[in-house]
Amino acid sequence: MTPELGNFALILGLCMSLVLATLPLIGSINNTPGWVALAKPVAWGQFFFIAISFAVLVSAFLSNDFSVLYVARNGNTQLPLIYKVSAVWGAHEGSLLLWALILSGWTVAVALFSRALPPEIVARVLAVMGMVSIGFLSFMLFTSNPFDRTFPVPLEGGDLNPLLQDFGLAVHPPMLYMGYVGLSVAFSFAIAALIGGKLDAAWARWSRPWTMIAWVFLTIGITLGSWWAYYELGWGGWWFWDPVENASFMPWLAATALVHSLAVTEKRGAFKRWTVLLALLAFSLSLLGTFLVRSGVLTSVHSFAADPARGLFILVFLVIVIGGSLTLYAWRAPNVSSGGGFDLLSRETLLLGNNLLLVVITAFILLGTLAPLIYDAMGWGKISVGFPWFTTMFVIFTPFLVIIMGLGPLARWKKQDPGDLARQLRIALLLSVAAGVLMALPVFHEGNVWAGLAVLLSVWLLSSVLLSLRLRWRYRKGLAGILRDLGSRGSGSYYGMVTAHLGVAFFIIGVTFVTQFDVEQDIRMSPGQTVELGGYSFRFDGVKVVQGPNYRADRGTIHLSRDGADVAVLHPEKRTYLVQTKPMTEAGIDPGFMRDIYVSLGESLGGGDWSLRLYYKPFVRWIWLGGILIALGGLLAASDKRYRMATVRSTAPARAASKRLATEGGSR
Amino acid sequence: MTRYLRYLVPLAIFIVLAAFLYRGLSLDPKRVPSPLVGKPMPEFSLPRLKDPAATLSDTDIKGKVALLNIWATWCVSCRAEHEVLVMLARTGKVDIYGLNYKDERAKAQQWLAQLGDPYVANAFDADGRTGIDWGVYGAPETFVIDRQGIIRHKHIGPLTVDSLNNEILPLIAELQSTP
Repeated sequence: MTPELGNFALILGLCMSLVLATLPLIGSINNTPGWVALAKPVAWGQFFFIAISFAVLVSAFLSNDFSVLYVARNGNTQLPLIYKVSAVWGAHEGSLLLWALILSGWTVAVALFSRALPPEIVARVLAVMGMVSIGFLSFMLFTSNPFDRTFPVPLEGGDLNPLLQDFGLAVHPPMLYMGYVGLSVAFSFAIAALIGGKLDAAWARWSRPWTMIAWVFLTIGITLGSWWAYYELGWGGWWFWDPVENASFMPWLAATALVHSLAVTEKRGAFKRWTVLLALLAFSLSLLGTFLVRSGVLTSVHSFAADPARGLFILVFLVIVIGGSLTLYAWRAPNVSSGGGFDLLSRETLLLGNNLLLVVITAFILLGTLAPLIYDAMGWGKISVGFPWFTTMFVIFTPFLVIIMGLGPLARWKKQDPGDLARQLRIALLLSVAAGVLMALPVFHEGNVWAGLAVLLSVWLLSSVLLSLRLRWRYRKGLAGILRDLGSRGSGSYYGMVTAHLGVAFFIIGVTFVTQFDVEQDIRMSPGQTVELGGYSFRFDGVKVVQGPNYRADRGTIHLSRDGADVAVLHPEKRTYLVQTKPMTEAGIDPGFMRDIYVSLGESLGGGDWSLRLYYKPFVRWIWLGGILIALGGLLAASDKRYRMATVRSTAPARAASKRLATEGGSR
Repeated sequence: MTRYLRYLVPLAIFIVLAAFLYRGLSLDPKRVPSPLVGKPMPEFSLPRLKDPAATLSDTDIKGKVALLNIWATWCVSCRAEHEVLVMLARTGKVDIYGLNYKDERAKAQQWLAQLGDPYVANAFDADGRTGIDWGVYGAPETFVIDRQGIIRHKHIGPLTVDSLNNEILPLIAELQSTP
């Protein structure tokens, strides 16, 4: 009975989103305040019903209700509690429900934190989010219902994919979805502004914190995914350019461009059309990612069960949402006034340059991801685009991106004197080139050109950030001034930028050093044997069989020491899960700031001997440290007082202006 | 007019993209109708991976039902597939031959030492010429070959437990039961 309740709640949720998508929008256009006022309560209603539906599915997993097909496929009585919950989003149907829940959650958040906005604008934003919600809810109800029953009822469930039975992967999808779906807010603001026919600084100010928070979640989600791949897949890789990873990376790149472009639009009123296009692009890419992952058009390591009917449904949905929004763009954009002018060298042009680079990188990734499909469709045969292609592309574009990142924060808006900028950055240039050359030449290490380039770029970023901080120091007259200034408007944005850019510096070092300097060895070891690698001694103390809650594991013991001193004891495992009988490797890792030691267990070679893979991975943590810093930077920027001021004060003239704008847009 | 046209560019790009995606729905990335299926396997003679002095040729494979698996150490999916191959080899149901495709000998040998060696023998195809004769698009690929040396099936992408149970093993059983 209860599952039907979930199903029914889902249907009611769909009814709510149908109302949300239509009445408030119509009301905002023909000035019917009663219909406009519907938006917020209906948004709450939608959230309420989807939350009930979600709770029902969670409880079905907790109570092992295998009469529900989805639970029978992905649940199991032996599953530890946390994975019973995460199994809810462990496969196609349930992850869609999570997606819908998060979307309705974002919708409610917009309804809640938009008191300062003109009600017409809020109504339009919520209506657009309601349209997106209709798509997902009906997709679920018509093609992928998580509440479908099965008969006869199986006694035991098929279990959650062992790969997903891990804490990292339990929290990774919700984070990622928060990011994907959060971009729908920026998208809806853009559509609402396009409907109104006028884009202005106020629009940019409203959508900026939302975009920033979505971007932070996306950053965290991607970082978590990479960290998970590293410790769980057992061969020490942290990024594979898999279509599914690309599907998350492309919206991230577009959102990164959007976050920067919004800054220009808010502060200078420039790039309006470009910014709005980026807002459409970022969300479109996350929808496209959904299509790629769930339709089976591409082969991927972690794609969902493919079904052409589902693929067609999403494609139609994509055409309506993306095609519709781009049509609206083509119709409205020509009438948008261009904002303040700027010189050839100014902060605007530098930001635009980086925006273009980010979009070009996105385009290349899209091309690489879809190339197999395009080749096939054109009858050119089958190809697979691998690592080298993506890596080459990235190595070509990133240096330019980073050089501009160093220049941008020091350049002035509107007009920058090239001589001035050169004088300011003289030291930074000198320092970074010197450090890079030192690293590239065999001075205190065997020389490595790539490491040299990485050090050059990171020092360049670091010193430009320091220079900018020094300017701020001078301008605020010392530490006291800086501290006093911490809570002021704009300082959150500034320190957020500083933190995120430092994150990029860490990331570059991490990526390059671990690719260039990692040492790995495959070796056959007998119990008691010792091997040296990267300055560490590895003593193999044999393998024992241990019993987990729902798996059996061969568990090795490795004593790690350096210069006779004990460092760590590692336990790499090879698990066989009882239900899905998939062999899984759990690496033994001794993490460190400067290096990781990573051991994975291979095959038993008889007589107590095992094959082992030993890694020394320098600076690998810096990759994720970079990701965390970037996310932290975004969080700082989103917490800027400026946005709160905007909501609290909501200056009367601004409100009147937006109201005028809204009605003008409607009557046009 | 041109002023309006440039704002149509994003829409135009999307329409082209959507057309490709639509076409993609009716294509299965995993299945390629190989022109080789139903034909005798292409002749080849290559040095063996473990012993460069010895050769492996199509005549070595002929005479029993066998699998030919195309793999390489640079191929991530091959690693995912490898455990399945090791499991299959342990059952002893079928001989698995390998074609080590565009790879480095030392790395490939290390791979087998580390991850286990499911292969009866491996041919070392350094420049990928033999791979071209076999119509290899990308690793991993697996061919099912009958007693007469005729290719009966081609599997693109990594073998999984499901694909073994549902496609490959039934086919092998059928081929083994016919003389």
